[in-house]
Amino acid sequence: MDTGNKIAEVIEASSAGFTAQCYKLDEAPPLGSLVKTQDRLGEIYGVVYNVETHSLDPGRRVVARGGNVKSEEDIFRDNPQLARLLSTDFKVMVVGYVQGKSLHHYLPPKPVSIHSFVYTCPFEEVRTFTQSLDFLNLLVDVRLPMLIDEVIAACLRYASQAYADPQPFLVKAGKELAYLLSNDTRRLSSLLKRLN
Amino acid sequence: MKIQNPEERANLGIVISGSLTRGLDVKLDASVSVEDMAVGRYVAIEGERHRFFGMITDVSLEIVDPRAATVPPDISDPFIAQVITGTTTYGKLRVLPMLTIGGDAASILEGPKSAKTVPSHFAGVKLASQRDVELVFGAEDEKRFYIGTPLDMETKVCLDVSEFVKRSNGVFGKSGTGKTFLTRLLLVGMLQKGAAASLVFDMHSEYGWEGKTEKGHKVKGLKQLFPSKVAIFTLDEESSRRRRVSTDVVIKIGYDEIEPEDIELLRQTLSLTEASAQAVYQLARELGDRKWLEAVLNLSDDDSKQLISKLNIHDSTYRNLRRGLENLRRFSFLVSRAPDNSVRRILEYLDRGINVILEFGRFDDFAAYILVANLLSRRIYAKYRENAEREMGGQVAPSRPLVITIEEAHRFLNPEVSARTIFGRIAREMRKYNVTLLVIDQRPSGIDSEVMSQLGTKIICLLDDERDIDSVLTGAAGKSDLKSVLSRLETKQQALIFGHAVPMPVVIKTREYGTAGSYKELGFLEAAELKKKAEKDIEDLWTS
Repeated sequence: MDTGNKIAEVIEASSAGFTAQCYKLDEAPPLGSLVKTQDRLGEIYGVVYNVETHSLDPGRRVVARGGNVKSEEDIFRDNPQLARLLSTDFKVMVVGYVQGKSLHHYLPPKPVSIHSFVYTCPFEEVRTFTQSLDFLNLLVDVRLPMLIDEVIAACLRYASQAYADPQPFLVKAGKELAYLLSNDTRRLSSLLKRLN
Repeated sequence: MKIQNPEERANLGIVISGSLTRGLDVKLDASVSVEDMAVGRYVAIEGERHRFFGMITDVSLEIVDPRAATVPPDISDPFIAQVITGTTTYGKLRVLPMLTIGGDAASILEGPKSAKTVPSHFAGVKLASQRDVELVFGAEDEKRFYIGTPLDMETKVCLDVSEFVKRSNGVFGKSGTGKTFLTRLLLVGMLQKGAAASLVFDMHSEYGWEGKTEKGHKVKGLKQLFPSKVAIFTLDEESSRRRRVSTDVVIKIGYDEIEPEDIELLRQTLSLTEASAQAVYQLARELGDRKWLEAVLNLSDDDSKQLISKLNIHDSTYRNLRRGLENLRRFSFLVSRAPDNSVRRILEYLDRGINVILEFGRFDDFAAYILVANLLSRRIYAKYRENAEREMGGQVAPSRPLVITIEEAHRFLNPEVSARTIFGRIAREMRKYNVTLLVIDQRPSGIDSEVMSQLGTKIICLLDDERDIDSVLTGAAGKSDLKSVLSRLETKQQALIFGHAVPMPVVIKTREYGTAGSYKELGFLEAAELKKKAEKDIEDLWTS
């Protein structure tokens, strides 16, 4: 399988997800996008559900520096140390993995290894992964500090770009959501509105 | 055969719940629109071991989350509309399982059986294919007569005529829904398959020579289509002559043939009181069974007075009776002594396998109809009975089954008189003596329920009176489901058939009757063709 771009490295891992630190400041994958790591057994896939940029040293707060400059770029030019003191992290929810040749849409037996590289997924791989939408089941019930529906909608919008004609994919995904959320029409309606 | 529409075999949905008596609930697939469904259509259900054959009896809309009903999703957005169809909102069918077709070779040979169980959960449901329908209703052959097609299908629905004639049957429907056309087809079917001889009491003279459609087009009657197999008898020679109908026999009935029972049957029609109907028996005893009617009609006032005082009949009763009987005088077919025995003539024809249609001409009122139909049938039935008894004794060959067709059947078969009329007896005693009825009526609720329950096959056009619907569906399996089908029939050319001669209830679009093509299909040969056929037969005779 074609490997995507290497963008980050796992710095925290659990069975259900992991946190990765981007190699470049502010260059995190989009919210809802599919990323993967590779270990000895095969790929582990996840959906980006939160991106955060913060100071590497928890004791030092970031302060505003642009009072006397014209553009934001000037801040970084004038303070080259900033890129080293700040970091962009993103959190990923694991939604499936490959073992041997088979693709599973549920959690792997072991969490991702720490310091594994994180890659973006090329569109072809996104299409392969989203052939089955069983992973939505993992997403709808998860409890997060942020609104999961935003992540689901972002994920499906992102995945739909991998298709030449996104509409049939969105309808299929919408129907899957409708089954999962059949007892909560209000949530379903607002989710569907975010999809289109 | 027409190329099958690929949609016909598309999956409709899956069975989600239900029972044998209530019917099965089928959740429609998202790809199928409820608007494309129709009650009365057939579906095939693939169970694990059997295939089930059923009929759609209801279509409903379902919603998973009741809150969606109060705050409906925004279906003006086509995306949302597309997503929620078949998921949170879906269509549901009620399907009545009727037959099962076994999976192994032996049960396929045996043919369909009535369903005694239901398919398992989530069995796939498809619209029945042409082949399924053929398997169930059989192809047209020497026993089966093609009567119509199922709704939205080209396959033929065939009636097993040999089974049909074994029991009494009924054709019901409101006026103008095609009862006459259907009956004509049934008569052709019986004639074509040679299953039985028919005797038709043709009140409005529309079966024999020529009938009319509602729009006034003329359609050929049986005699025109099958001249050698049909004889027209008439009560009114003048009317037949005016209509240029070539009749075979003119029927005359002697006063001496009328029995007190006949008059009792006419009690309502002749507006006789209960007492005067009873007085008839007294008079008959006094004056003799064969002479009483003519004698009473010719009595002078003085003689009458003497007679009634002798018999202790009240004067007003007598006057009521006399007034009623005077009505009979206007029937010119009644003569003091009939020159010919009409019953014998009818039997001669029937014995030769020729169907007899008795036209009433201008005597198309109930009095004449009831009198003649009852009088003739009673005596014909007696002959058949005699024959059947002799047959039991091994003296004679069994007589050919006879089907007597009567219109306005509730006049003969209402609870008050059905026990007394011959038709009530025929309907009840069924085929013991090889005589059955084909009753045609627009008020089936007026017919005695005991008679109704004995009818083998019922063919029902649109009925909308609740009582009529209830009475025709008495005893039918899945009554409430059939009810919904029945009340939604079109006013024209559609009928529900159920009973003995079809394996399961079926809604049909009646076969075409009245066009040149339809006559040809029914086996009618134009004069030129007839000649050609005759020439060919002669040629064959010489060359063989």
